[in-house]
Amino acid sequence: MKTPRFLLPAATAGVLALTLTACGGGGGGGTTGGGSDAEANLEGRGPITYVQGKDNSNVVRPLLDKWNAAHPDEQVTFKEQTDQADQQHDDLVQNFQAKNENYDVVSVDVVWTAEFAARGWLQPLEGNMAIETDGMLEPTIEAGSYQDKLYTAPVSSDGGILYYRKDLVPEAPKTWDEMMGMCSIAKENNIGCYAGQFKQYEGLTVNASEAINSAGGSVLGDDGKPNLTTPEAEEGLNNLVDAFKNGNIPAEAITYQEEESRRAFQEGKLLFLRNWPYVYNLATTEGSSQVKDVLGMAALPGKDGPGASSLGGHNAAISVYSKNKATALDFVKFLIEEEQQKFFATQGSLAPVLGDLYEDQELVAKLPYLPVLKTSIENAVPRPVTPFYPAVTQAIQENSYAALKGEKSAEQALADMQKSIESAGAGS
Amino acid sequence: MTTTTASTELRARQDKGRKAAQNREKWAQARTYISAVVILIWCLAPAYWMVVTAFREVGFTYDTSLLPTHVTLDNFATAFDTSFGNRFGQALINSVFIGVTVTAISLLIGVFAAYALARLNFRFKFLVLGFILGASMFPGVALITPLFQLFTNIGWMGTYQALIIPNISFVLPLTVYTLTSFFREMPWELEESARVDGCTQGQAFRKVIMPLAAPAIFTTAILAFISSWNEFLIASQLSNDATQPVTVAIASFAGAQPNQIPYTAIMAAGTIVTIPLVILVLVFQRKIVAGLTAGAVK
Amino acid sequence: MATELGPTPVKGPASGGTPVHHGPKGVGEDNKILSQGKWATWLLAPTIIALGIVIVYPIISAIVMSFQKDAGLDPATGLFTAGGPAGIQNYVNWLGQQCAAPGGGTVACPPGTLGGQFWSATGTTFLFTVITVTFETILGFWMAMIMARTFKGRGLVRAAVLVPWAIPTAVTAQLWLFIFAFEGIANKLFNASILWTGSEWPAKWAVIIADTWKTTPFMALLILAGLQMIPADVYEAAKVDGATAWQRFRLITLPLVKPALMVAILFRTLDALRMFDLPYILTGGANNTTTLSILVINQIRQGFNSAAALSTITFIIIFLVAFIFVRFLGANVVEQSGATGKGKK
Repeated sequence: MKTPRFLLPAATAGVLALTLTACGGGGGGGTTGGGSDAEANLEGRGPITYVQGKDNSNVVRPLLDKWNAAHPDEQVTFKEQTDQADQQHDDLVQNFQAKNENYDVVSVDVVWTAEFAARGWLQPLEGNMAIETDGMLEPTIEAGSYQDKLYTAPVSSDGGILYYRKDLVPEAPKTWDEMMGMCSIAKENNIGCYAGQFKQYEGLTVNASEAINSAGGSVLGDDGKPNLTTPEAEEGLNNLVDAFKNGNIPAEAITYQEEESRRAFQEGKLLFLRNWPYVYNLATTEGSSQVKDVLGMAALPGKDGPGASSLGGHNAAISVYSKNKATALDFVKFLIEEEQQKFFATQGSLAPVLGDLYEDQELVAKLPYLPVLKTSIENAVPRPVTPFYPAVTQAIQENSYAALKGEKSAEQALADMQKSIESAGAGS
Repeated sequence: MTTTTASTELRARQDKGRKAAQNREKWAQARTYISAVVILIWCLAPAYWMVVTAFREVGFTYDTSLLPTHVTLDNFATAFDTSFGNRFGQALINSVFIGVTVTAISLLIGVFAAYALARLNFRFKFLVLGFILGASMFPGVALITPLFQLFTNIGWMGTYQALIIPNISFVLPLTVYTLTSFFREMPWELEESARVDGCTQGQAFRKVIMPLAAPAIFTTAILAFISSWNEFLIASQLSNDATQPVTVAIASFAGAQPNQIPYTAIMAAGTIVTIPLVILVLVFQRKIVAGLTAGAVK
Repeated sequence: MATELGPTPVKGPASGGTPVHHGPKGVGEDNKILSQGKWATWLLAPTIIALGIVIVYPIISAIVMSFQKDAGLDPATGLFTAGGPAGIQNYVNWLGQQCAAPGGGTVACPPGTLGGQFWSATGTTFLFTVITVTFETILGFWMAMIMARTFKGRGLVRAAVLVPWAIPTAVTAQLWLFIFAFEGIANKLFNASILWTGSEWPAKWAVIIADTWKTTPFMALLILAGLQMIPADVYEAAKVDGATAWQRFRLITLPLVKPALMVAILFRTLDALRMFDLPYILTGGANNTTTLSILVINQIRQGFNSAAALSTITFIIIFLVAFIFVRFLGANVVEQSGATGKGKK
């Protein structure tokens, strides 16, 4: 007998499960809004846990020590996640689903706000739970809100900066066209002209959204519906597509993430680079850097003025399942105080969310990119604020990647993005 | 005269034959060595790059000189540095502990199961075999959420058993299948004769069959240990600071600046976890092979 | 003791791995099976329990979840609400590559949705599996044959072969990303300017090379263990009989190693069909390198219930492959004992 009967039981398990469906609910599937959870334990005080991704530059621990010294009965424990954003996201989702009451205050990437808020996992910061937002840069508040309600407190921000070669370019370009005009300088020097991050990953969403927003388009309209089939969006995406075609963006940039593009620039192979503020510290200090003394910084170029950077950064949110929300709220307020904000900036090179700090002499002396970064963040547009962010970013990445590679026209790519995002929102 | 000529000729021919045989032998030996060198290059070239990068200064991470340049030990220090909350040293201990436990338990219960499957007659054997294989068919990434909920419900989150038990299940199907296939090749009549000599079935198995199966069991042990050593997905979600294995610790390495990927430290960590493992396996292998031959000669 | 045992009985290819059997013993047979069955139950129980907790529970919970709709957004509150029963809609959507339409109902999934990638991901998964398992089998066999020979430095080779596999995947993937960077060592060494992760076939080859490098040792070790179980005198006898090297390989080595080889191939195939980390880190799934497992994890982030359906589909696909493998390629790994166990009756 040759039939592999031994495989039958696996199938039997399937049948068994089918019969189980009748009795069981959808274990751990969709969640409903946590209305009651959001009203519970508002007065609770006691020890809490703060959850954040890897603390690269050792800013969180000293701050916690400071807090704990002042609050002996409301100690904060640090739960450190890995350094990878995807895993931080998944870890939070798992713990929220399990209604883990030990995840009291969590650090969320700005793009996760809407998703977590719509799942009913985040405590709205309103009424007694409100925080002071005066003095914060407007886009950071926008990115922390979902449907006009603040769910996450902006703690650190981030925006794109245009790095350029001071020795080759006398003055930084203000507009995209101006920058493309300067590419002849790159050709004369036999280097690439411009690069950002164009590998198919989150960074491409950042770069493609910047191109679209800078040209006056937008990914989502005010109604939260996709708004990509506009001439402005097409112009924006075409700026990148054309630059790839005519070589102003070198072909290898299609493989670039942040680090690869930084490397090319630091090795003197690029005239212009779009990247985050972290490049400044490394490009001016690393032994292998060829651009130590000729590093220029400017706001991203737009259509007729500064471009619209995508907003980065991390916010602090209070879990609806926390038992000690009053302590959690105090801790969040502590994180956004000026003193702590300043510490984040000096110790961890994290961009503050308070506008005034960008003019603080002491800080500017230490982080000379702050004035440029302020312009960048003031003009920044949050990446699409939508509970369907994972689907939206997928749609943007896949279609703009195809357009950059010349596999489809920008127009087609945008039409496909539009349809994909509509479909995501139409789910069930 | 003729006889002498004949004998010389014969000797010459014999010499020729021997020479040809020797040549063939030499040629075979040479081919073995050439192959060995090719294998060494194929296996070690990328690992070499890992080691070279591990010894480079962070500022020269992307240097592409083939030989070590800007050599430093800093990356190893960075890997073990605990001042920023890294727990690489602890994680190494955790990984060894988890790996050894997983290997020991899965081998033990795997040997039981394989013995039953290879030696005993019973109903539903095909069912059991299918069940065990079926466990290797579900996408691992989809196991995380249910396991997370299960372990949260029973309060096991972050415990060693929450990491050990899933790993046992991941390596068991392979362990059972490998051992079963090897056990079936065993000369079991030896077990019978040992029993005739007065051994119990258990003794016969331990004293006669186990030594013969040693290479298979040893190989299975390596396979099980390394799979558990490599496991990342489950551990990244189910472990905590105190119990995390090295794979998770390495994923937690962060550059001094946000967005900076600490390649050099990652490669240093890779070097640290790989080289001792290989040496350990090598030593064990020698010991076991030696033990075996000693037994056979007796 | 070994001398007493005499020469190990040589099992020719014809007898394969047939275990020694004691033949029917008349009346006692049924009782024997019963008592052996009792023993077997005890011996197998730990394995069954361990697999039951960790694998069966998640599979069943996934199957249950797959018949529910993904949570949908309540337009009034802006909050997600549970989707309710979906019947087999999730399955229909994946297999037909249908996505929700804005006005209700479904449309063909537009490019940029996960739903539109199902069949291409299936194709990619199979492509990777066939190519990597083939390479790994051939290379692994060759390596095992070399390692089985006696020569100076054999220990070194055996240690070296372990290296690729002993490096944790988290490091391996970063290492290959580093090697395959545009300015990386691979391009520099061969003086090429290939966009390894930026165009379709180079990206696929990058994944295949990295995976082959990493998992060939697995094959090599298992096959080596199989080779070591072959008594040396079998070869000697064949040599005396004047068998050529090729004949010895085909008529002795191959049949005797076959059980170990089949286990190795079977498990490599099951693993390759679930390939995840390498393509995920190297290419992020771009350039048609999205495998089914990558699709599953991306979908988990977009909706658990569809993801559960996709996991179940993947499970079924792998099940079918295993079925075909065992049925047609004669993976006698399991078959013989199943046949002898039942066939005696």
